[in-house]
Amino acid sequence: MDQLEMLEAKSVHILREAYRDFKGLCMLWSIGKDSTVLLWLARKAFLGHVPFPLVHVDTAFKIPEMIEYRDRLALEWNLNMVVGQNKAALAAKQTFPDGNVDRLACCRNLKSEALKHTLSGEWPRVRMNHSLGRYEPDPSKEPYTGVIVGVRADEEGSRSKERYFSPRDRENDWNVDDQPPELWRQYKTDFAPGSHVRIHPLLDWTELNIWEYIHRESIPITSLYFDRGEGRRYRSLGCYPCTNGVESTAKNVEEIIEELRSGKFANIAERSGRAQDEADGGSLETLRREGYM
Amino acid sequence: MSTNTPIAAPAKTSLASLREQMDLVVVGHVDHGKSTVIGRLLADTGSLPEGKLEKIKAQCARNARPFEYAFLLDALKNEQAQGITVDAARCFFNTAKRHYIINDAPGHIEFLKNMVTGAARAEAALLIIDAEEGIQENSKRHGYILSMLGIHQVSVVVNKMDLVDYSQEVFNNIRAEYLQFLNNLGVAPVSFIPVSGREGDNLTELSANTPWYTGKTVLGQVDAFETYKGDADRIFRMPVQDIYKFTASGDDRRIVAGTIETGTIRPGDEVIFQPSGKTSSIKTIEVFNAECPNSASAGQAVGFTLNTQIYIKPGELMCRKQETSPRVATRFRANIFWMGHSPLIAGKPYKLKLGATRVPVELVRILNVLDASELSSIADKNHVDRHDVAECLLETSRPVAFDLAEEIEKTARFVLVDNYEIAGCGIILDEEAASESLLAERVHQREMTWEKGFVTPGERAVRYGHPGKFILFAGQSAQVPELAKRLELKLFLDRFHTYYLSTGNVFDHLDQDDSAAVLTREDQIHRLGDLGRLMTDAGLLFITTLKDAEDFDLEKLKLLNEPNEAFVISVGDSNLNRFTPHLSLPADLDISEAIGLIIQELNKKGYLPEYSI
Repeated sequence: MDQLEMLEAKSVHILREAYRDFKGLCMLWSIGKDSTVLLWLARKAFLGHVPFPLVHVDTAFKIPEMIEYRDRLALEWNLNMVVGQNKAALAAKQTFPDGNVDRLACCRNLKSEALKHTLSGEWPRVRMNHSLGRYEPDPSKEPYTGVIVGVRADEEGSRSKERYFSPRDRENDWNVDDQPPELWRQYKTDFAPGSHVRIHPLLDWTELNIWEYIHRESIPITSLYFDRGEGRRYRSLGCYPCTNGVESTAKNVEEIIEELRSGKFANIAERSGRAQDEADGGSLETLRREGYM
Repeated sequence: MSTNTPIAAPAKTSLASLREQMDLVVVGHVDHGKSTVIGRLLADTGSLPEGKLEKIKAQCARNARPFEYAFLLDALKNEQAQGITVDAARCFFNTAKRHYIINDAPGHIEFLKNMVTGAARAEAALLIIDAEEGIQENSKRHGYILSMLGIHQVSVVVNKMDLVDYSQEVFNNIRAEYLQFLNNLGVAPVSFIPVSGREGDNLTELSANTPWYTGKTVLGQVDAFETYKGDADRIFRMPVQDIYKFTASGDDRRIVAGTIETGTIRPGDEVIFQPSGKTSSIKTIEVFNAECPNSASAGQAVGFTLNTQIYIKPGELMCRKQETSPRVATRFRANIFWMGHSPLIAGKPYKLKLGATRVPVELVRILNVLDASELSSIADKNHVDRHDVAECLLETSRPVAFDLAEEIEKTARFVLVDNYEIAGCGIILDEEAASESLLAERVHQREMTWEKGFVTPGERAVRYGHPGKFILFAGQSAQVPELAKRLELKLFLDRFHTYYLSTGNVFDHLDQDDSAAVLTREDQIHRLGDLGRLMTDAGLLFITTLKDAEDFDLEKLKLLNEPNEAFVISVGDSNLNRFTPHLSLPADLDISEAIGLIIQELNKKGYLPEYSI
């Protein structure tokens, strides 16, 4: 088995383990390349099916093409698509840069808080109605207690400490000092009623692996990752006020792979275009402890 | 342009071939310099993101701290505060040969479970020993854990050689002493390398400071580790992780899913599932978005369809029929490393996770407790403390399928769950004959101490005209409960003393006080067995049904009902292999005809008088 086959097998095993053990399971789909690979792996694990809902937190600041791409695949792949949003913060303009708060507070409002309350079922959710092809209010208020997330260990320091199955307390807090052991394909799958778990099947993948796999599997990816003639492209997708494109003329997956292997990005961190990581020395860790993905 | 050109997917062959991947772990006593060695390796192989080194150096300058390579890995705030690695942090680096994932395992004893996590992922290990401090407690404990985890490629890196003036004598003494220790464990290290992480000696290039050393550099050693490729050629083992049937999405395939531990399998191969003993053959190997492949091998996460419809559950071990069978037992001897906050004790239920099996387990007794840092036996211990290594006898509440560590270590490994937490890990050394069991002991105890009334069972049988008997129907068919109720009615009308109890009543309505706990299948069987014992002791013909009954369920019920006897009737297709029912009836038999046959058989056995009053 080559590296991608090994990574794929492990991720599939973890997804199947999660599906076997958790009732309130969902997968977060940020529309980016990583969680789209994760979605593809779920289709591999369950032989073409995705037997749990996909949850997207819409900050309302996402690049419009991302939303269009999300809904196209949701219909094409018959996905149980659920969307949530922090409507109160948006209405009160508790946002950056058009509103009254800084980058970190904006992230906290539109991502962490929105995610927490969407997962818990406290805030309204909408769900794709496949026969009508549009979203409708989701009558279910059931909390999602097992959340599959596409984080990778190579993204930044705190993610390198993650477990494949990572318990969170009721407040979504992550206790990095006391994590369960994981060995021999045995993960923590026993939880007291009411506890939450994050599942991270992509932990061992690098940015390069993700692109190599997208290439091998011909996974459809939003074209925002490619240079469309302006000499710029997105390397990492987020909200448009805080995510800058990078200078690059990579027009397709092969050229991105080349760029990562030996070209200009071989030694530059992926999230260097994400402003919130830099706001204070350990801000992403602060956000993660509070439930940011 | 041809009109037939398909919508283009990118060509799949244009990329250079992908590298091999290997997981490494770096272990050793606290402060012996693991993070420094790794940090230096990352820096010297150009594997750091641009600007990272400069950024950390600038941070150090700002805080008036001398720069250390270890800071590169210490990405988390609280970790830097304590100055020790809390968790198994992962980092990546590439050589011309392959892609590496390095797990930096903490050396502090408080974080041993994190060390285990990091080490269990690895195919090879670098074990760091401080030249100045020498071999410490965790140098030994980590060596032991590596051997238990099944990591056979270990290179011992003697670090901080700069602090002992690159003395060959110091290096040789450490090598001799540690080699002795590893040999006692049956581990043969592949090399000993003198280095200085701080100064960079012998990491990527041989150093002029150690002219007496002509072996491999650390980087050379890492590339010399071998990826293990032999698993595909071994006998076939796959724990059944799940059974999928996505009928609601219009998919009628029934798929047996799992990750193959060892061996290779092809469509047409005959397979046997253990412990149930059911057999079938592979119809197809199923994959998403591609042609069905004609073989699947160790390491792959796959799905199969079978040629016959058999009822199997997640947790079974799928094997090839012609090959050596795994062990199937309820008792086995194992080496256990305990990580739980509470000690491992006898008489407390734990959960065993072995392959895809999850089953209640108890410690029967401790055979030997080792101090893992000294490998000396601790006498007369009746519990296993945190960080102890112990040889134990365990008993599961139903049979499990496994191999012995010396045969196929991948299917000999398990973890123990204590109150939701993985608290121990172990490897199975040998199976024990099931001549005795905790359950049999308990039943024996129960009978010895049972306080009896003045009426004897014999007197009761004379009065009622028949002895008490446990009559159990096993079978999936929907008409089984109806049959059981009709038998009760028939016996009652014939003036026998009888009682029908629906298992649903037992499982759903009794034990309401225990509302917090969901009864496991084992608990339910136990409850039913105890009720059988009471009802038959009261002299009744006690009738009940058990759906999905397996061999072991019936053996257990029979045992629990002792000293009274049980009469088992199977209806239609059953899951039974070893257990022979007293009577087997076809599923489509007319009910009155079935009752006639049952009464006839009960008469023949002498359980009922020849003719009723």
